[in-house]
Parts: sequence; C-alpha cells; structure tokens
Amino acid sequence: MSTRQPGAARGGKLRAPLLFAAMAALLLIEAFTTGWNGALGIVNMGLISAILALGVNMQWGYAGLFNTGVVGFIALGGLGPVLVSMKPTPGAFSAGGWGILLAFAIALVTIAAAVWLNRHLKRMKGLAILAVLIAGFFLYRAIFDPAVAAIQAINPASAGYLGGLGLPTLLSWPVGALLAAGAAWVVGKTALGLRSDYLAVATLGIGEIIVAVLKNEEWLDRGVLNVTGIPRSWPVPYEVDLQADPGFLERVAAFGLDPVTTSTITVKLLYGALFAAVLLVLIWALQLALNSPWGRMMRAIRDNEVAAEAMGKNVTGRHLQIFILGCAVIGLAGAMMISLDGQMTPSSYNPLRYTFLIWVMVIVGGSGNNWGSVLGGMLIWFVWIKAEVWGPQIMHVVTATLADGPLKQHLVDSAPHMRLVMMGLILLLVLRFSPRGLLPEK
Amino acid sequence: MDILNALVAILNYVVVPATAYGAQLALGALGVTLIYGILRFSNFAHGDTMAFGTAITILVTWALQAAGLSFGPLPTALVALPFGIAATALLVLGTDRIVYAYYRKVRAAPVVLTMVSVGVMFVMNGLTRVLIGVDEIKFTDGARFLISAQEFKKATGLAEPLAIRTTQAITVITAAIVVAALFWFLAKTRAGKSMRAFSDNEDLALLSGINPNRVVAMTWIIAAALATIAGTLYGLDKSFKAFNYFQLLLPVFAAAIVGGLGNPLGAIAGGFIIAYSEVAVTYAWKKVAIYLIPGYQSDNLLQLLSTEYKFAVSFTILIIVLLFKPTGLFKGKSV
Amino acid sequence: MSFLDASSMTGGYGAADILHDCTLKVEKGQIAVIVGPNGAGKSTAMKAVFGMLRLRAGKVTLDGEDITTLSPQERVRKGMGFVPQVNNVFPTMSVEENLEMGAFIRTDDFRDTMEQVYDLFPILREKRHQNAGELSGGQRQQVAVGRALMTKPKLLMLDEPTAGVSPIVMDELFDRIIEVARTGISILMVEQNARQALEIADMGYVLVQGANRYTDTGAALMADPEVRRTFLGG
Repeated sequence: MSTRQPGAARGGKLRAPLLFAAMAALLLIEAFTTGWNGALGIVNMGLISAILALGVNMQWGYAGLFNTGVVGFIALGGLGPVLVSMKPTPGAFSAGGWGILLAFAIALVTIAAAVWLNRHLKRMKGLAILAVLIAGFFLYRAIFDPAVAAIQAINPASAGYLGGLGLPTLLSWPVGALLAAGAAWVVGKTALGLRSDYLAVATLGIGEIIVAVLKNEEWLDRGVLNVTGIPRSWPVPYEVDLQADPGFLERVAAFGLDPVTTSTITVKLLYGALFAAVLLVLIWALQLALNSPWGRMMRAIRDNEVAAEAMGKNVTGRHLQIFILGCAVIGLAGAMMISLDGQMTPSSYNPLRYTFLIWVMVIVGGSGNNWGSVLGGMLIWFVWIKAEVWGPQIMHVVTATLADGPLKQHLVDSAPHMRLVMMGLILLLVLRFSPRGLLPEK
Repeated sequence: MDILNALVAILNYVVVPATAYGAQLALGALGVTLIYGILRFSNFAHGDTMAFGTAITILVTWALQAAGLSFGPLPTALVALPFGIAATALLVLGTDRIVYAYYRKVRAAPVVLTMVSVGVMFVMNGLTRVLIGVDEIKFTDGARFLISAQEFKKATGLAEPLAIRTTQAITVITAAIVVAALFWFLAKTRAGKSMRAFSDNEDLALLSGINPNRVVAMTWIIAAALATIAGTLYGLDKSFKAFNYFQLLLPVFAAAIVGGLGNPLGAIAGGFIIAYSEVAVTYAWKKVAIYLIPGYQSDNLLQLLSTEYKFAVSFTILIIVLLFKPTGLFKGKSV
Repeated sequence: MSFLDASSMTGGYGAADILHDCTLKVEKGQIAVIVGPNGAGKSTAMKAVFGMLRLRAGKVTLDGEDITTLSPQERVRKGMGFVPQVNNVFPTMSVEENLEMGAFIRTDDFRDTMEQVYDLFPILREKRHQNAGELSGGQRQQVAVGRALMTKPKLLMLDEPTAGVSPIVMDELFDRIIEVARTGISILMVEQNARQALEIADMGYVLVQGANRYTDTGAALMADPEVRRTFLGG
C-alpha cells in the first residue's frame, strides 16, 4: 500500500508527545474561550472517535482492508445498550418474541440446508437450492410478520418494541462489540476473499443495509421513532441527582462554584475518565498485539501478500481475524457513544459523517500507528466541531465585500456545508503531501 | 383469471418503472466502468458527480424558465443539459489535473486512488450543497404523461391503468441514443478505438503512439457527460435531493460489477438486472395475485422486501455474482 | 557503419547494471539473433536498443542517426518496430483493429500495408474480425508481428517470438520472419531456441551475464564446438 513510504518522521522520538501536547493546548484554549462544558463535550466525543479510528486502523493499517461500511458496525454497537439496558416492554416478548426467535431459527435452518445442498448435490443443485431458499423465505415471513405486528402493537406511542434486558449499561458495551463482531464474521466470510475495491463496495452495501434494518425493524429499536432514556452507565450520575445531593452541594459551595454548571462538568469529566480508561486499555492491548509474533506476521502479510501465501500463511483467515477484531472495537465505540447520548437515533447514522469522517481521522493521524489514530480521532473531531463555527465566520469574511442580496444570503446559508468541503480538502492534502500522516507507522 | 389486467398491472408497476430506472443505472454504471477500465480505479465520487451535474442543469433550467423559455411538451432540463455536461466536464478535468494525475505519475495502488476519490467525494458533495442546498427539488416541466391512466382506461376499457410518464419515456429514449452514440464512438472512431486499446493493454497502447493524456481527458469528459445525463434523468423522473445521489453509488457500482467492471456492455446489462430485481422484489404482488389466482384472499401484500430494503437487493445480487463469477457476467477486467 | 549500431551498452533498470559493454549490430536486410543462457540479459539488451531503459554508457544509432536519447515512441517514428514477448496484442480488439492500432501514428492511408500484412499472414485475413484474445498462441504471435509491421519499420525487433509455442508453429513463425526479412526489413531477435534461431541467422550474438561472449555468423556459431557444447547441447 503506497500510503507508506520509507524515511523517518521529523522530530523523532519527541514528535508524538509534542503533537499530543499541541492537541491538549488546543483543547485548553477551547475551554477558556468557550467554556469547560463545550470543551469537555469535544473531548468525550473525541475519545470515542479515537477508539473508532483505532478499530478502522486495525483493518487498514494491519491488513490493508478498505472497509467503507463502518457506519453499519457503529450502529450495531449502538444497538447494544438498547438491547441490554433498556427495560423490557411488558408483554412484548410473550406476544411476539418467540415468534421472532422461531423465524430466525427457520432462516438459519434454510441457509444451512442450502449450504449442505451446495456441498452434496451435483445435478439439479441450482434448482434445489433455489427451491429450499424460496420455501424457507416464505415460511420465515409467515411466522415473522405476525410476530412483529404483535410486538409493535403493544404501546406503540412510547414502546412498540421488544425492549431490553434491563441490565447495567456497562455490560452493553461488550455486547455492542459482540454484535458488531458477529456481523463482521458473516460479512468477512462472504466478502473477504475479494479484491480491495470490491471489498470497499461490498462493505458499503453492508453498512447501508445494517442502517436500513435498524431504521425499519421497529420491533427491534423503534425505527425512526428512536429509543430515548437509555440509562447511564456506572459510575456516571445524572446531573439532577448531583444537584439534589447535599454532600455535592456542600463541596461546590466551599469552592464558590455554581452547582448546575459544576454538575454538568462533573458528569462530563466522569464520562471522560471512563472513556479514557477504555481507550488506554485498548491501546495497551493493541500495542502488545502489534509487537507480538502475531502482529509481525500480520504486517508481513500486509506488505507482501503473495509471498505470505506462498509460505503457507492462511491470508484470508488472518484477514478475517483482523476484520472481526476491528469491527468489535468499532462496535464498542458505537455502544459507548449511545451511552453518552442516552438515545439511539437510527436515522442519524449517515455514512459521510460516520464512515468517511473516521477514514479522514485514520489517514491524517497516521495509518498503521495506534497513537496516530488517537491523535487523528481527537484532532479531526475537534476540527469537525469547530468548522461548524468557523465555516459561517469565514463565509462572512468572504461575503463582506458583496452587496446584500440573494447571492450573499445563499452563500451565508450554505456555510455549514463548508465543513464537508473542508474535510475533503484535508483528506486530499494529507493523501498528497503527507500520506503517512501526522504520526507515521514505525 | 384476468390475464390482461394482471399483465397491465405488471407493466405499469414493474416493467415501466424498472426499465426507466435500469436506463438511469446503466448510464451511471457506464461512467463508472469506463473510469475503471481506463483510469483503473473505482471512483467513489461518481454519485456526487452525478449530483453536481444535475445541480448545474437545474440552475440553468431555472434560468431558462425565468427567461420564459421552454421546450414544449419536453422538459426544459433537456435544453439545459449541455450546459450541465460542460460544467461537469470542466470540474472533473480540473480534478484530474489537480488531484488524480499525481497518483498516476507515481503509479499508486488502485486502492489509494479510491481513497483519494473519497476526498473528492466530500468536496463535490459540499460544493453541490452550497450550489443548490439540501432540499428536495422537482424540476420537471412540460407534458406530464405520454399516456395517462385515464386515457389508457378509456382506450382499452380495462380496469387496470397503464400510465407512462414523459420522463420515463425520455429516460429510455435518451439512454438509448446515448448508448448508441457511445458504442459507435468506441467501435468506429479512431479516438474511441484508442481508448479501448488503452484500456486493454496500456503498455502496448503507449508503444503504439497513443497519447495517454488525450485518452484520459476523453474518458473524463465522457464520464462527466454520462453522469450528468444519468443524474438529470433520475432527477426528472423522481426528484433531486443531493443525498440520494450518494445512495445511488451502491446500485450503480453493483450494476457495473455484476456486468463486469470495465465492460460497457456489461454495465448496461447490469443496470437493467439490478433495476428489475430491485423493483420486482420490493413490489407488492398482491394486486397481480388477485388477477391471476381466482378467489385469492389475503391481507398479505406479497411484498418480498419492503422498499426500504431496495439496496439490500442490489447488494445481494452483487455478492452472489462476486462469489460465483468475480469477473462479472460479461468478462470484465481485473486491475 | 551498420544499419543498427548499438555499441558498448552499459546499464540496467535501477542501481545494478545488467548490461556490460554490450554491442549489437545489424546490417540492412539482415537477420541478427541474440542467444544465451537464462538471465543473460538478452531481453534487456533489446529493450535497451528500443529505449525502454536508460543506459549509463553506450550509443545507439539507426541508419546513421544517433537515437540514444529518444523515447521508445520516438524510435518507432524513426523506423523501429518492437514485438514484446508477452501482452503483445489487444485481446478484446479484433485482428483488424489490432493492425489499425499498430498504424496509429501514421497519418496516411495504411490499407496497402494492411493488405501486405494479410498477404504475409494469410490466416489473419481469415480471422480479421475475430478478437485477438481468442486466437491460438501462434496466431496471436502473428497478430503481434503484423501489428508492429504496420508502421513499415526498417528494423523489426522481436523478443522471444516462439516462447511457448509448439515446434510446428515455431517453424512456421521462423518462415514468416525470413519472408519479412526478404522484403528488406532488418530483424533483431532474442531467442531461447538457440539452435533453430541460429539456423536462420545472418549474425549471432551470444550474451553471457550482460556481455558479448561470442559474435559471428549464424553458421559459424553453429559449427563452433565451444558454442555447441555450452549453449546448443552439443
């Protein structure tokens, strides 16, 4: 992959700490100019973006896999908190839950039968498989549709879906990772033998389909009606609870601070600490893996796939491993993001914002370098948020010389879209002039 | 058993829309496949190129309409089309010069070019939004129907109507003309043959004295034309909304890959295969069942998949073809 | 001065030299053959004559004109024709279109030349509308040679034209090459089948490790016991 080029990065050993310090400085400036709430909000989403970038970087940097369906795996991860920590809708499971499980079982049996037929039949193979698939499909629909209708009929205004297991939210994070990993296994098994641009198109499709499923299967996650009120994970409290807690109020008064603002800042700080902890554990694990024999083999495969195959390495199997692990990390971040937001909005999963923005993070940060992904995640998220402010400001300066009128108004109105142009330009500039990114791979 | 009405229903709800949609996909896939065959990368910015081209065409259409001009029963957009094509051609030629040419020079891997096209996609997407906004725009004018439902019912006395909108007819006719022109160009002209030669065997083409810069420029211009025409026809038929064109990327690529990437005939075949599959699978066959099966009673719409899952259909076909015949139905090329 | 004079060529693809002071000459209307063991640099030498790699030292003149600094396309305009060993046709284009592409740089009417090619390779006339990729190996080679002949070259260079074809086809190809030479076109040919090639050669160049080892007429090389022992299998 020619985003890697030989040569050492300027700055040597100090490069990484310096760049991170610069990032921290940017955030501090943000805190002092616009307030700690805003700055901490950026930090928290920046941490999540960093984890997302880590996952994508695993797939691209270690295995050269161009996954353009990242948005789907993020969405699946977001499903975790919905399925795990929301309260179950009373009566929903008994009304249709068994029906859905039965339908899934039928689907699995049908696919298994088709695979078995494919392996064991010679003549009439195509016809037999087609017949089995058609029969299975209609049987599946016959059981699935009424079950879904039953579930969605229960309290559609505020529920209309299965609900979750009512378990602690922290548990939902690994569940989100597992959901994404499961989908990755299916996708990987089918699509991973393909060439890189075919894989890109295939994963693009996967992403769209997963999001379409989440937008439509209301029995699962209320579709476009969204799931709100997802419980916060331990140890993060609710602001209102903090404001009612006498101990908290005492300490706040002692420092002469405003309780409402301090409560929101405390909540954000706790989230930040939680996310940072997860991030650090992940990096530690990834660095270990990178420097292990397994990691070296991965990079050997990436650098010369043909030679590796000739040496007997199971390239596709290794790629599958990486793909699944990377998607697990992406799913984890997706779950964390929904915990932070407290709600799951399927229609917000927009590929430009979720898939391609993360790719910009990985490329800018430095593909193949874990710390690079973290830096890229933070930095690009920061720029993305600030661009919403800078865009209109730049536009005002640009149009200041123009007379008032429809053209000027139109340009000013379209300032928010300049974000996209900005991101595109950043990606293009980095790919052209600094393809190894800010923190190149060692 | 009412075969005639069933037939008309199928024509009206499946065949006519699918043929129009297939023509639009075919034009889009042709652009993608040409870029792949000659420039050797998958251009993820193609959807937004279609959007940009359509946006310019819409702006010129509005200008023409404001000046009181129209095209009679045909949409004014057709007159605006050449301007849209010209603007888009300039844009993609400029993009090639500033962005892609460098990577050709350093012989970057195709996946790098695809990634670069993602950056171009961002910029084009933003540019289009700045130009025309994000709202849904309908810009058809002129006669609405070639055959309206009432006219058909009156003429045939059937219960089931068959309506053909002018935009659907125009789509098919325009696509046919464009495809014929393209194939004539590729098969009969020296320039077209040089493009085919370049796509077939680049080294030998260079050896033969074929000018690579000219081939590249022609490719981009033709691709821009195809994208603009496809996008405008799609917008005339349905409506223009910038985000939808990004979503078209998947069926367009699926069509190109299914037909065999790099193979123009395959792109057309693929376009229609994908279109017909999408429409047929998401159509509610209940009405036809009622006509064909005497005494058919059911609440079941007989819709295989909801229309929300249209893309699942193109995607599934794509995966099946990739698994069993990776070079596509008509042999494409692997880069 | 020879019609083609490539003298003291030294150079390679990158840092390491493949050719060391290699000299090749071809007279007008002559067939010159380059033979040698695997990896001797035979193809490299011919590619150097064609300008596909940069020489560190040495000179190439064609009909008295110094062409050392010209690109391959420019050398084609000067009268060189080149038939690569592999990927030497346009597979999805018809035989006739392949020939048309061969004549791409010509601005005049080339139908006469095409007729001449068809006279030379009658099977191509038969299959003129068939895709080149669908032809057999030997027929494809004929298309490749025909393509190169369309510019009416004064020197035709062939890189292992009989690689991978059956002995009968090889004989036929050599017959055709002799006919081409008879029309006055000089031939420079790299060949793996040393014995058969030297049989039709006016001049033979035996290269070992990028340098000239033996240079003599084809017949003389065939008769030389040293040469026979080392390269012709006795």
